[in-house]
Amino acid sequence: MFSLDDMIQFLPSLLHGALLTIAVSLLAFALAMVCGLLTGIARISRLWPLRAVSAVYIQFIRGTPLLLQLFFIYYVLPYGGIVLSPFVSGVLGLALNYTAYMAEVFRSGIQAIPKGQWEAGASVGMSRRLMLRRIILPQAVRIIVPSIGNFFVSIFKDSALVSVITMRDLMFSGQLLASATYKHFEIFAMVAAIYFLISYPTAKFVEWIEARIDVTRRPVVIGMRG
Amino acid sequence: MNDAAEVAVVSGSDAQPIVQLERIWKSFGRLEVLTDVSLSVQKGEVVCIIGPSGAGKSTMLRCINHLENIDDGTIHFEGKPVYRYKQNGRVVVDPDSRIEAIRAQIGMVFQSFNLFPHLTVLGNVIEAPVHVLREPIAKARERAMVVLGKVGLVEKAQAYPHQLSGGQQQRVAIARALAMNPKVMLFDEATSALDPELVGEVLRVMRQLAREGMTMVVVTHEMDFARDVADRVVFMADGAIVEQGPPEVLFTAPRSPRTRQFLHSILNRNGGPEEPSPVP
Repeated sequence: MFSLDDMIQFLPSLLHGALLTIAVSLLAFALAMVCGLLTGIARISRLWPLRAVSAVYIQFIRGTPLLLQLFFIYYVLPYGGIVLSPFVSGVLGLALNYTAYMAEVFRSGIQAIPKGQWEAGASVGMSRRLMLRRIILPQAVRIIVPSIGNFFVSIFKDSALVSVITMRDLMFSGQLLASATYKHFEIFAMVAAIYFLISYPTAKFVEWIEARIDVTRRPVVIGMRG
Repeated sequence: MNDAAEVAVVSGSDAQPIVQLERIWKSFGRLEVLTDVSLSVQKGEVVCIIGPSGAGKSTMLRCINHLENIDDGTIHFEGKPVYRYKQNGRVVVDPDSRIEAIRAQIGMVFQSFNLFPHLTVLGNVIEAPVHVLREPIAKARERAMVVLGKVGLVEKAQAYPHQLSGGQQQRVAIARALAMNPKVMLFDEATSALDPELVGEVLRVMRQLAREGMTMVVVTHEMDFARDVADRVVFMADGAIVEQGPPEVLFTAPRSPRTRQFLHSILNRNGGPEEPSPVP
């Protein structure tokens, strides 16, 4: 079934789509990391409005399908006068969605650090912000990295959903080619292979990062307060 | 530090206390932990707080640097009300920056050490001087080596906490507090989590500090330490100070039956006053 001619014919269009997939994923992931960290910190803020807004945001995003969120951004926002390109909509939708999940990871990572670490920081006069930056986050990162790594691997595949808002990513390029040529098997097999070629090195990269983290420097909890 | 030792001698006079707790009330939910507790600590004084577990000793200590919020009463630091207090009938809450500035002058040593595991010993010691006091790193390092010398751990400067014994970790924690040049040091059962053979090295450092005139408030179960080092021993039970006085008086002629009962149970378990008290 496979012919070299077909492959050569389809490949440029698919690779172009793959580039878009990678660009959307990386941008969305970077945005989600930053926003996720901020939202995660807001979740445990001492100011209740921040806690409330971040909690509602997270619950809402996690309680609705990503597909629907993309539709909202691409098809509903224009009614309010906000017209975004498929690319921007895709990046934004993915980022908003991943922010919610990452926020929970950051929050749980921060909360996994023993209370004694905060108290030790406080006892030498550190502000909460300074403690977070110098004491808590550097330790929390060791706990968080595996989960963040999972998200990093999965965002490339989740980004296929942006094809529904007419972005010519890898998935959409495949669909277009398939419906034009009826060579569904060949094209989707190639699409699968390209997704895998993106995901596999990503997973390996995450493994490498995890291995570099020195687990021996985790906090050791000794005794309980009497 | 030398004149601090001299002040300690005259601390019986009515010099202004460095720390003063005035009618402190504190509860955790429905559990009353501190009921109308008052205590003052003079500069250069070593105050040991003893009592059964659940007496409120640690909670009282933690109120001094605002690790616990008090429900009522006033805490004074160097004569000024701090953290949260009533002024002209209104409740004043200090801004975080003032609370942090006061904490920076109060050293604290925890039962569970609470060293920063991702930083080296040196990193632990210079962390606050560099980031809170904004000292240049070179100066902070120099000072860190001095305080590490005091606790006998200069050669461990580049080690990570997990590479140290419990006794060494606790000495690093003391060095970390000392690096801030504190006006008072609080010890919250600093030897309770240690294996018995490691208790001595930590107590030695604490004795040395006391000798140098450091003002210390020490919650402890080490009766020998309290007897030898304290200028004053405070006995607490059920959220209140039952009795306080010089160690020779409190240990030999306690007035309250509650104190007698406590001392009796502790000393009996040890097989007599000559034996070192084990960690309960």
